[in-house]
Amino acid sequence: MNTIDFLEFEQMKKNIVPFKVGDTVKVHVKIVEGDKQRIQAYQGVVIARQNGGVRETFTVRKISNGIGVERMFPLHSPSIENIEIMVRGHVRRAKLYYLRKLRGKAARIREKKYVPVAK
Amino acid sequence: MMKGIIGKKLGMTQIFLEDGTRVPVTVVQAGPCYVVQKKTAETDGYSAIQVGFESVASSTANKPELGHCTKSGQGVFRYLREFRLATASEMSVGDSITVDQFSPDDLIDVTGTSIGKGFQGVIKRWNFKGGRASHGSRFHRAPGSIGASATPSRVFKNKKMPGQMGNCKVTVQRLKVVRVDAADNLLLIKGAVPGHKNSIVMIKQSVKA
Repeated sequence: MNTIDFLEFEQMKKNIVPFKVGDTVKVHVKIVEGDKQRIQAYQGVVIARQNGGVRETFTVRKISNGIGVERMFPLHSPSIENIEIMVRGHVRRAKLYYLRKLRGKAARIREKKYVPVAK
Repeated sequence: MMKGIIGKKLGMTQIFLEDGTRVPVTVVQAGPCYVVQKKTAETDGYSAIQVGFESVASSTANKPELGHCTKSGQGVFRYLREFRLATASEMSVGDSITVDQFSPDDLIDVTGTSIGKGFQGVIKRWNFKGGRASHGSRFHRAPGSIGASATPSRVFKNKKMPGQMGNCKVTVQRLKVVRVDAADNLLLIKGAVPGHKNSIVMIKQSVKA
């Protein structure tokens, strides 16, 4: 392993929840206000995961007060406290950018009925 | 004492700070270097220290190199570079120079040889606009007029023209040290530094610090 790979490997989180595109997740983000720190949750559908080792990011879309909001998180960032999977989604695309054009009932994602249990 | 070291650019990556911000960094394998020769105003007309970096087997050196390098007692070096000093250095021949002298948030200047692009036209080399591609245009990537006629009846000096691009000495000033790893002799520098991977860079305390 060369030096740069090692530096990147060192910073990667080792126990990431195995969420997938289409899942509804709750992301707990650390927010620093002055010298106070609190945790804010952001819940929505994962519409993309951009792989790239330590640079991996994922995009979470939600409808907030009737307006679509997308937020991109660096997966390995220390400001991400925790990721919770709320619903497993059944989708047939790696990127769900088509959801941007849909609203209401059409923008729903079928729930995954069978989730294999990791051994 | 002026801070300075020779290093090898390993490449770029990003690191996270504690507050979650991502910082683009260049990883440089810097030192350990050894003082090979001291130049003084009396003997050489100026003050400097000559520094060696990256030890090689003594069998690779020719006799003059061998004689010059072994005076330091630290073997033979692949790279020798000089650091000019305002006053005579208090270091002596054979002393080691490591990344310990730098600390995070130090401002440094990094000098290297930029990536060679070969002979390039004015669009790539000087960001000229160029002409339109279609609609009967016969002016595409050419430089166009390079000056007026009878007055001045010559082309001005420093006119931007096609030519060799890159592969020349470049210094980037006021770069910030993000992290110093003394165990592995690594310097993590915020931003880009000149040169390709495995190229040699000289790191000095910033003149504008």
